[in-house]
Amino acid sequence: MEDMILYDRLQFAFTITFHYIFPQLTMGLSLLIVYFKWKYLKTQTEKYNKAAKFLMKIFAVNFTMGVVTGIPMEFQFGTNWAKFSELTGNIIGQTLAMEGLFSFFLESSFLALFIFGEKLMGQKLHFLTGFLVFLGSWASGLLILATNAWMQHPVGYEILENGKFVLNHFGELFSNPWLIPAFLHNQMASLVTSSFLIISIGAFYILSKKNIEYGKLFLKTGIVFGLTSSFLVAFPTGDWNAKNVAKYQPASFAAMEGIFETEHGGAEIVLVGQPNMLEKKLDNKLSIPNVLSILTYQSWNKQIPGMDQFTEDELPTNIPGLYYSYHIMVGLGTIFIGLMVLAAFLWWRKKLFEYRPLLWALMFAVPFPFIANLTGWYVAELGRQPYLVYGLLKTVDGISPTVSSGNSLFTLLGFVGLYILLGLLFLLLVGKIINEGPTKKH
Amino acid sequence: MEILWYIIIAIILAIFFILDGYDFGVGIIHLFFAKKEKDKLVIAKSAGLFWDSNEVWLVAGGGLLFMAFPTFYASVFSGFYLPLILVLWLIVFRAIGLEFRNQINFQMWKDFWDKAFGVSSLLLALFFGIALGNVVRGVNLGGVINGESTYESHYFFLPLWDSSFSPLSDTPGVIDWFTIIIGLIAVIVMGIHGANWIILKTNSSINQQLKKVIFKLNIALIILTIFSLAIWLKIKPQALDNFLDNPYLVIFPIIFFTGLIGSLFIKKFKSERTGFFLSSAVILGGITSSLASLFPVILPSTNKINESLTIYNTSSTEYGLETAFIWVIFGLILVIIYVIFQLRINSGKIDDFEYGH
Ligand code: HDD
Ligand code: HEM
Ligand code: HEM
Repeated sequence: MEDMILYDRLQFAFTITFHYIFPQLTMGLSLLIVYFKWKYLKTQTEKYNKAAKFLMKIFAVNFTMGVVTGIPMEFQFGTNWAKFSELTGNIIGQTLAMEGLFSFFLESSFLALFIFGEKLMGQKLHFLTGFLVFLGSWASGLLILATNAWMQHPVGYEILENGKFVLNHFGELFSNPWLIPAFLHNQMASLVTSSFLIISIGAFYILSKKNIEYGKLFLKTGIVFGLTSSFLVAFPTGDWNAKNVAKYQPASFAAMEGIFETEHGGAEIVLVGQPNMLEKKLDNKLSIPNVLSILTYQSWNKQIPGMDQFTEDELPTNIPGLYYSYHIMVGLGTIFIGLMVLAAFLWWRKKLFEYRPLLWALMFAVPFPFIANLTGWYVAELGRQPYLVYGLLKTVDGISPTVSSGNSLFTLLGFVGLYILLGLLFLLLVGKIINEGPTKKH
Repeated sequence: MEILWYIIIAIILAIFFILDGYDFGVGIIHLFFAKKEKDKLVIAKSAGLFWDSNEVWLVAGGGLLFMAFPTFYASVFSGFYLPLILVLWLIVFRAIGLEFRNQINFQMWKDFWDKAFGVSSLLLALFFGIALGNVVRGVNLGGVINGESTYESHYFFLPLWDSSFSPLSDTPGVIDWFTIIIGLIAVIVMGIHGANWIILKTNSSINQQLKKVIFKLNIALIILTIFSLAIWLKIKPQALDNFLDNPYLVIFPIIFFTGLIGSLFIKKFKSERTGFFLSSAVILGGITSSLASLFPVILPSTNKINESLTIYNTSSTEYGLETAFIWVIFGLILVIIYVIFQLRINSGKIDDFEYGH
C-alpha cells in the first residue's frame, strides 16, 4: 500500500508539473499574440503582424506539448486514482467534461486555422480565430481551476451512505469562494511568464545585435505587460489567495508561513529560515514582527494559530516542502516586481537598450516565472495533503485498488523517459525558432 | 437519463473513431505506400492539419464518460491500466511526429518522424481494436480466483496477456487471439478509411494505386469479419439476443454491411466522397452494432459471481445527469458551429491551397 501510493503520487506530480509548464505559457502568450494582431489591424504596420506570426510559431510548438501532456492527465484520474474518480466523479466530472466540451473544442478547432489559414481567411477572420484560441485557453484555465477549487474547498455536495460525493448545487461549483481569486492569480501569473519570455527574446536580439527592431518591440511590450502583471500577481490576487488559505485551511497556512508556535498578540512574517522538523522550530530565522497579522487581517495583533494548534492528522504531510515552495514563489514574485520597476525606470530615462547588465539579467530571467508558477502549485497541492478533497477524503483512499506498485513504477519510469525526450525536442525547436527570428522568409 | 447519456457518449466516441480513424489510417498508408517526398509531405499534412481537432472528441468523450458513468470510468481505466498508458504514450509520440516533422528541413529528421507517425498510428489502431475486443469479450470482474473475489466486485485488473492467449481461459489477458483479430480488423478498417481520406483530400500521385489497395483490403476485411463473428458467437452464444428481441436495432449491422459491401465497388465511384462515406459507415456500424449487442451492459463479467457493469449500476445521480444535459446541448451546438466554420474554410484538396506560415 505504502509504495503503491508513493508511485501514484510521484507519477501524478511529475506529469502535472511537466504539463503545467506549457499551459501557463499558452494562456499568457495567446493574449500577447492577440494584442499584436490587434495592433496590426489598427495601425496596419507590418511589424506587428510579423511579431504576432513569430510568436505564433513558438505558440504552436508549445501548444502541441500542452495537448500531448494534457491527455495523459485526464486519463490518469481513471488509471491511477480510480477510487477518487468513482467517489467524486459525480462532481468533478462536471467541470472536467465542460472543459473538454467548451474550451478544448474552441482552442483546437481554431488553432490550425489560425496558424495556417491567414491567406485563406483574410485579416479580420484571422484575428477572430486568434481571439477564439485565446478565449478557449482561458476558459480551460477557469474550468480546471474550478475542479481544483472544489478539491481545495468542497461546496455544493452531499455524501451518500456508500461514501460517494454527489452534486446538489451546480451553481456553487462556480460561486466557490476559492475559485475567482485562484483563477485571477493564476492568469496573472501566466501573463508574467509570457511577458518574461518575450522580454528575454527581446534582450537576446538587442545583445546579439540581430533583429534590433523586433528586440525593442518585444522588450517594450513585454515590460508593459510584465510590470502590470507582476504587480497584480502579488496584489491583490496573491494576497487574496493567502487570506483564503488562512480562512479555509488554517493548518496549511501555518505550515506555509512557517509558524511553529502560536504567538500571543500578532504574528511575525518570516523572511528566511529553515524548518527544523526535529525540534519543531525554524533555524536561522529572520522575521518582522506583527506584519503577517496586518497583511492577513489588517490588524496589528490578531492572533494566528501556529502548527502547535493542530493535530498531526490535520497538518500537511510535507511541511518543509510546503514552506520552501511558498517562500520561493513569494521571493521570486518580489524580485520580478523589482526587475520590472528597474527596467521601466531605465526605459523612462531612455537607457533601457544601452544598459547591458540589465539586458543580460532580463535575458536570463525567463526560467524563473516557470519556477514561481510550479512552486505556487506545490503550495496549493502540498497544502491540501493529507487530503485529496480537503477535510473529507484522504489521499490514501483515492488510489486505484487494483494497480500494483510494480505497474505504476513501470509507467512512472516510462513517463520520465518520454518526457525527457519531449523536453529536449521542445528546447531545440524553440531555440531554432528564436534564432531564425521574426524576419525569416519561407 | 442514463440511456440518453449512453447515446450521447456513444455518438461522440463514434465520431471520434470516424474522424481520428482517418488520420490513424493516413498514418498506416503513409507507412507502407508513400514513397516520394512530395507525397509524404502532403499525406502527412492531410492528417497533420486535423488530428488535433479530431482528438478533442476523445478528450471530450472521456470527460463526459467520467461525469456520467464515474464507476465505469474508474473500473475500466484502472483495470486496463497498462494498455491505456501504452496508448497514451503512442498518442504522444504520434502527435509529436506529425507536428515536428516539418519544423526542421533535414532528411533524416523527417524520415524518423514519418516512421514514428506511421508506426504509432498502426499500433494505435491495433490497440483500439483490441480494446473493443476486450469489451465485447468481457473481463474477470472482481478478480475472481477459485470462486472468491480479490477486489471489490466492480474492479478488475488485466495483464497484457495470459500465457494461453485464449479468450476462453479463466483469466484472459488484454491480448488474446480473439482480441488480436478484432485489432487487425480495426487496422484494416482504418487503413481503408485513411486511404479514402487521402484520395478525397489530396492530389497525391498514389491515389489510383490506393483504390486497388482499398479493394484488396476490403476483401480481407470481409473474410476476417465473418470469421470473427463466428468466434464471437462461440464465445458468447447470447450475443444476438438483443437484435432478436428488438429488431429495429438491426439498422446498425445494416449500416456496417452497406459500407462493407459498397466499398467493393470503389473503382467505379464517380465522387471521391462516396468511398469516404462508406468507410465511415463501416466504423459507425461496427461500433454501434457491438454496443447494441451488449446493451445495457457496458462491460460484461466473465465470472458468475459478480454482475456485469451496466449503464445503471455505474452512473451518476439523476441531478448531475440532468444538469449536465442542459450544458451539453449548449456545448454541442457550439461545436457544430465550429465544425461548419472549419469545413467551409477547409473544403477542397489541401494541396490546392497555399498553406504554411
Ligand atoms: C509567476 C508566478 C507566481 C508569482 C510571482 C506568485 N504566485 Fe502565488 N501562485 C501561483 C503563481 C505565482 C500559481 C502557480 O499560479 C498558483 C497555484 C494555484 C493558483 O491558483 O495559483 C499560486 C498560488 C498561490 C496561493 C494559494 C496556495 C493554495 O492554494 O493553497 C497563495 C496564497 C499565493 N499564490 C500567494 C502569492 C503571493 C502573496 C505572491 C506575492 C508575490 C505570489 N503568490 C506570487
Ligand atoms: C487544477 C488542476 C489540478 C488538479 C485537479 C490536481 C489534482 C491532483 C491530484 C488528484 C493529485 C494526486 C493526489 C495527491 O497526492 O494529492 C495531485 C497531486 C499533486 N499535484 Fe495537483 N492537480 C492540479 C494541478 C496541479 C499543478 C498545475 C501542479 C504543478 C505544477 C500540481 C502539482 C501536484 C503535486 C506536486 C502533487 C503531489 C502532491 C503529493 O502527493 O504530495 N497540481 N493533484
Ligand atoms: C489534473 C489536471 C489537468 C488535466 C486533467 C488537464 C487536461 C488537459 C488536456 C486533456 C489537455 C489537452 C486538450 C486538447 O486536446 O486540446 C490540456 C491542455 C491544456 N491545459 Fe491542462 N490539464 C490539467 C491541468 C491544467 C492546469 C492546472 C491548467 C491551467 C490552469 C491547465 C490548462 C490547460 C490549457 C490552457 C490547455 C490548452 C493549451 C495547451 O495545451 O497548452 N491544465 N489539459
